[in-house]
Amino acid sequence: MLTIEAVDLHYGDAQALSDVSLTVEEGEIVAIIGANGAGKSSLISTIAGIYRPTRGRITFEGEDITGWPSHLVCDLGIGQVAEGRQIFPSMTVRENLEMGAVIPRARKLAASTMERVFTIFPRLAERVRQDAGTLSGGEQQMLAIGRCLMGQPRLIMLDEPSLGLAPTIVQEVFRIVHQLNTDGLTVVLVEQNVVGSLKLADRAYVLENGQIAMAGSGRALLDDDRLRQAYLGL
Amino acid sequence: MLPIEFYFDAAIKGLLTGSVYAMLAVGLSIIFGVMRVVNFAHGEMLVAGMFGAYLVFVTLGLDPILAIPIVALVMFLFGVALQRGLIDRFITAPEHQQFLVLIGVALILTNGLDMIFGPDARNVQVPYAFASFEVGPFFLDNVRVYSAIAALALIALLYLFFNHTLTGKAIRACADNNRGAQVVGLNVSRLYAITFGIGAACAGAAGCLLIMVIDVTPHLGADFTLLAFTIVIIGGLGSMTGALLGGLLIGVSEAMAGILIQPSLKSSFSFGLLILVLLLRPNGLLGKRSS
Repeated sequence: MLTIEAVDLHYGDAQALSDVSLTVEEGEIVAIIGANGAGKSSLISTIAGIYRPTRGRITFEGEDITGWPSHLVCDLGIGQVAEGRQIFPSMTVRENLEMGAVIPRARKLAASTMERVFTIFPRLAERVRQDAGTLSGGEQQMLAIGRCLMGQPRLIMLDEPSLGLAPTIVQEVFRIVHQLNTDGLTVVLVEQNVVGSLKLADRAYVLENGQIAMAGSGRALLDDDRLRQAYLGL
Repeated sequence: MLPIEFYFDAAIKGLLTGSVYAMLAVGLSIIFGVMRVVNFAHGEMLVAGMFGAYLVFVTLGLDPILAIPIVALVMFLFGVALQRGLIDRFITAPEHQQFLVLIGVALILTNGLDMIFGPDARNVQVPYAFASFEVGPFFLDNVRVYSAIAALALIALLYLFFNHTLTGKAIRACADNNRGAQVVGLNVSRLYAITFGIGAACAGAAGCLLIMVIDVTPHLGADFTLLAFTIVIIGGLGSMTGALLGGLLIGVSEAMAGILIQPSLKSSFSFGLLILVLLLRPNGLLGKRSS
């Protein structure tokens, strides 16, 4: 479904990604793990069209989307729940959700999708008129996921959805990600919560210094000694 | 000591003129709030609007208030083209580069108008130019009353646009969290073009209203850029309500300075107010604390 071939990304002189290649098949959950600064968020932003790769090719369902602007990438069906949630703090919950459905592919379905989002996240329904900036961290994460669903994505990329959340809420977020996948959504999950995301993922890639250091099934990586040493301190 | 009615009279006149100032400043505030670009050609756009209203008046004989849709539309398209063709390239550039680009636009506008219309002052005499309403002890010029009503109505219209249309909300979203706007797939550069167009249209509409009370020459622009900037800083950068409040405040302070000190010192009064606000509330009266 999504193929990344030999992608490089530079910020000025600094290289953030180097020769990154990976594939995501339809219906999979693919985890991308790695330390802070390994290039996980850069990779997500490059796929989303926010950064333009300096080399390499990105294709989605056979279409070459390398260097496309983010609004066109979104409109193809690649949704993103960005690092730091990136909600609109001084707009209401309802307005935030509406903004998720501005892209042409989603606009007509906005009303019915919002109902669906409210069934997945009843808390959001209770707070439709509240400014998003006044929500708790967990609620903001729910809003960010809900807003992404408003765009009718076929592939959803989540960047650190568990960051800064209480353990019970992290469980809830992972449960929802699993549920969305069961409902047919392809998922790319970027996480520092290595155990949680590897358990959830069909396959995973390990990023180190902007390069793919390891790849394999979630289970295999969980049992890998090198990975356990580097990321779990075991 | 002047009778008390005198002060009230000045205050009301100030409020009426201030509404037009607010219309001008709202445009500057919207552009800054959304794009983080200070439009240093804003006063020049106002002057272009004044000449636009003058042209419509001499060719079609249309009242400047009725010329607003025409002038605002032309200025909107001008703003969109300017953003698309020029300013978009400088959106991420350092502020001093943006500043120079817009100063350049201002110079081109001023000298372009000078070439077309010449340096002479021009004005529009509407049939009701010398009529006035009598309200209790006060006489209110029809011209000022109509232009204030038009300005406030347009500001209200903008408010509705930003709160009740999808495009308006999307523009607010860009202002609220630019990265977030990209994340959900809003076409940010298109929304910026619309925003700059709206800002320019505000200046154009304010020009239509101002030509009824003052004469226009091509070199008025810089003073009004400064005026709009002062208002926006007093009200709080990026806040529409702040721009409205700031406009009214400056209008009243200018009118008061006119009777308390002398009319030629009215700007120093406004700048005094600006310094006071910067000392006491650096983010402006209604500005948000910068994070």
